[in-house]
Amino acid sequence: MSTTPILEVTNLRVEYHGANRQVVAVNDVSFSIGEGEIFGLAGESGCGKSTVANAIMRLLKDPAEITGGQIRFKGRDLLALRGEELRRFRWKEIAMIFQSAMNSLNPVMTIGSQMVDIFTTHEGLSVKQARSRSAELLRLVSIDPVRLDSYPHQLSGGMRQRAVIAMALALEPSLLIMDEPTTALDVVVQQEIMAQISDLQRQLGFSVLFITHDMSLMVELSHRMAVMHSGRLVEMADAELMFDSPLHPYTLSLMNAFPPLTGPRVRLTGLSDSVRAADGSAGSCSFHVSCPPDLANCSGNIPDLREVAPGRFVAEHPRTSIEGTAA
Amino acid sequence: MSVTTPSETVALATPDDPATAPASGRRPRRGLIRGILGNRKAAFGAAVLLLFGVVALAAPLLAPGNPSLITAIASQPPSLEHLFGTTAKGQDILALTMHGARTSLLVGFVVGAAATLVGLLVGVASAYFGWVIDDLLSLVTNVFLLIPGLPLLVILAAFLPPGIGTVVVVLIITGWAGSARVLRSQALSIRSKDFVAAAVVTGEHPLRIMFREILPNMASIVMSTFLACVIFGIGAQAGLEFLGLGDASVVSWGTNLYWASNDGALFTGAWWAFVPSGLCIALVAFALAMVNYAVDEVTNPRLRTTKKGRTRA
Amino acid sequence: MRFIVRRLAFYLLAFWVSITLNFLLPRFMPGDPVTRMFAQAANKMQPHQIEQLRQLFGLDERPIWQQYLSYVQNIFTGQMGVSISRFPTPVSEVIGSQIGWTLLLGGTALVIAVVIGNLLGILAAWRRGGVLDSVFPPILVFVGSFPYFWLAMAALYLFGVVLGWFPIRHAFDAGMTPELSWTFLSSIATHLFLPALTIVLVSIGGWMLGMRNTMIATTAEDYILMAEAKGLTNNRIMFRYAARNAMLPSVTAFGMSFGFIVGGALLTEVVFAYPGVGYQLLAAVQGLDYPLMQGIFLTITAAVLVANFLVDIVYVRLDPRVRVS
Ligand SMILES: Nc1ncnc2c1ncn2[C@@H]1O[C@H](COP(=O)(O)OP(=O)(O)OP(=O)(O)O)[C@@H](O)[C@H]1O
Ligand code: SF4
Ligand SMILES: [Mg+2]
Repeated sequence: MSTTPILEVTNLRVEYHGANRQVVAVNDVSFSIGEGEIFGLAGESGCGKSTVANAIMRLLKDPAEITGGQIRFKGRDLLALRGEELRRFRWKEIAMIFQSAMNSLNPVMTIGSQMVDIFTTHEGLSVKQARSRSAELLRLVSIDPVRLDSYPHQLSGGMRQRAVIAMALALEPSLLIMDEPTTALDVVVQQEIMAQISDLQRQLGFSVLFITHDMSLMVELSHRMAVMHSGRLVEMADAELMFDSPLHPYTLSLMNAFPPLTGPRVRLTGLSDSVRAADGSAGSCSFHVSCPPDLANCSGNIPDLREVAPGRFVAEHPRTSIEGTAA
Repeated sequence: MSVTTPSETVALATPDDPATAPASGRRPRRGLIRGILGNRKAAFGAAVLLLFGVVALAAPLLAPGNPSLITAIASQPPSLEHLFGTTAKGQDILALTMHGARTSLLVGFVVGAAATLVGLLVGVASAYFGWVIDDLLSLVTNVFLLIPGLPLLVILAAFLPPGIGTVVVVLIITGWAGSARVLRSQALSIRSKDFVAAAVVTGEHPLRIMFREILPNMASIVMSTFLACVIFGIGAQAGLEFLGLGDASVVSWGTNLYWASNDGALFTGAWWAFVPSGLCIALVAFALAMVNYAVDEVTNPRLRTTKKGRTRA
Repeated sequence: MRFIVRRLAFYLLAFWVSITLNFLLPRFMPGDPVTRMFAQAANKMQPHQIEQLRQLFGLDERPIWQQYLSYVQNIFTGQMGVSISRFPTPVSEVIGSQIGWTLLLGGTALVIAVVIGNLLGILAAWRRGGVLDSVFPPILVFVGSFPYFWLAMAALYLFGVVLGWFPIRHAFDAGMTPELSWTFLSSIATHLFLPALTIVLVSIGGWMLGMRNTMIATTAEDYILMAEAKGLTNNRIMFRYAARNAMLPSVTAFGMSFGFIVGGALLTEVVFAYPGVGYQLLAAVQGLDYPLMQGIFLTITAAVLVANFLVDIVYVRLDPRVRVS
């Protein structure tokens, strides 16, 4: 992989201003994505993954606010983009596939016109030219171009998802953000789509920020990955390496929560529902069962990442084991 | 299932960070009643309603005697002696307005309560029993919603013996369908919630489920339906009376306007003859609407108009 | 298609209910107002007119089902008796000569209120907390709290009587003959202005707030977020993505509101002596003209049902999800 980063996120902090309390959804998060690299971001539900993605896309609005940090894309300061400049930047440079791709298509417009308006807005193409470009794109994701005139509800879930992927690739962006792109699909379709994305990525060479809570899926696809917990990164490393020898106990438990897609069958341990009641604190980590009693809750106080080996980062934790023997 | 929101602990753990301190002027939300009491719109609405309620109750003390009696020179503009002026017949308009509040508010609230009750029964029965009963009740509701209200009011009122009772009955007949529709859809969505399903499975009695599980969860929607029905009742009563379909000898805001119009107040320049009653109807309806919006806002925070008072850190 | 057929069946049912109501009311109401009507008006009527009214109001001695059948038949052939207050014109003719004005007034007011109200709602929701969002709603709600006819009276008094800017009664200047000329049309327009304005003022707030609330719900949808990510222009997102979807409930409400608008138009006509069916309705009430009252009720109901049916057809064009299933 090339190592020139195209995206650099440094000390990003995002808060949600609730009616009566503030939620720090992303707290001092830093990472970078290289050219042509697939970077995975994993973590349990609610840890702030989508918030990171939306912050990069500059899609956060009112209750959410970016209160600190920097996001640079190809050296440009994304947080400084305004109005027209921001509008032109979106989709051209970074495209995104949303967590709820099922609902991310406008139900009253045909697939075709939702693709066409990308070209007419960004490249000033005529509707006719835009339509033929859209047809090509649909072919790229193996959908029959007659589907241009279909409405979203007339497509199957997998087809809809592929149509969204086609849209995302329309302007050949350098970075594609995929926020749990296959959560709502069944496993077979999920596999098909992931294979397709992986093909397209090799073909076109864009970088990917891949978000999921499914560690095994992530390891198959990503080059490098990071694990997020309570709005903080707890570990970041080469994907294979992290999968083979996780350093942070949270990474380990997240991994055990999902069966690997290939390989021998193993018993599932992992994110347990039986939150330890001892500390009695609301909003605690569901991983308590396997952490020691004196560490009732570290999620309120996760330290910064530290480089423990070249390219290997982990947040200090009494159970962090450099040898990778956290059990 | 444990719902974990770990990031909230992060915020709580760093209270010295100014960005995490509670935004000023925002109080935590505790229950419907509390929320409504703390709402400015609701406070305004309740104050206006209270004022009108007191005036209506105290009308016989504030303006003793029959307000329809001719007690002064006709068509006098407002003066110290007759604060709201006098009608073309020589009645005191302030007295007529205060006494009119009694009938108008009474009819409005009775119609509102009755229409809401009918709507509630139909809506909840429809949602609870489902199937044929629901289809049937929905059909009747929709037919009543579709038939234009005012012409229906007119032919009903024209064939029934004139009087306040008729007005009330006719307004209930034309007003219940709207509330039934709203309440049915709310009841349906509660009916599909897990806790109701659980109650059904554990074999609780249908009536008990209806009154203990479904109804309590409809409090806010019943409240806003009721308020809307009262607004409808007061307005529609005035419309009927203005057309001469009420009992013209009863003093109410509607009949005041009927007489003002009949006496040609518009063309003789006697604006004081029609302004007070109309303004009262509008103020009461506005106050009710304000309380209604407050209920909406408290139960549906997304509709609140957000104030942008924060600064970027 | 199935949707349309189902709706059509429903409207026919609703119309049947109104006819039946019309049939039953004079036959089962206490006090027998119809006899009173005959006592007042019978001496000026021809025998066959009396006979027809007796049939319509159930004073003939035939069995009830026979009465019912011939009643339904009469209604569908447009035989609704003679008007008492405009004797000896048949009811259908009275209504026919006046419904046009009501449609003009109600239609104009409805279109203006819907277009402006919805636009305001879209803009208010798009700029949450902006001037439009915080200033307009309370004012419009307050204006909307006045009864239609009272606002009509106030407008008539202020702009007609005191300021003299607009004519105060009828639909065109007295002494004019209807023709397709500039002067006649402008006379119609100036006469239409105040009545239409009052209806617009009373009803616009409801449209604005309704649209605002559905718009707010719609802007939280994922396809709006995606449209924004796509880098589309603000206007395109607001209208083609958000408003286009938020409009759907509005269209349904549009059908439901015909009844209210008609009611408002009727009362407003009374105040402005506007020669539509509403004004005629007042005359009918005052003259105990039951045939005309019933005729107006049925005609307006039919008009509202037809309008709703047209709205359904439009709705099917607007929402592809209904079109297919
Ligand atoms: N509109 C909002 N208002 C207040 N808090 C919010 C809002 N949206 C998200 N949050 C908070 O921000 C945190 C992070 O949310 P986010 O959507 O980024 O999580 P996620 O990691 O994407 O989860 P998932 O896997 O379920 O998509 C959550 O804990 C949530 O409580
Ligand atoms: S110490 Fe507590 S919060 Fe931290 S990883 Fe272990 S269980 Fe989770
Ligand atoms: Mg997410």
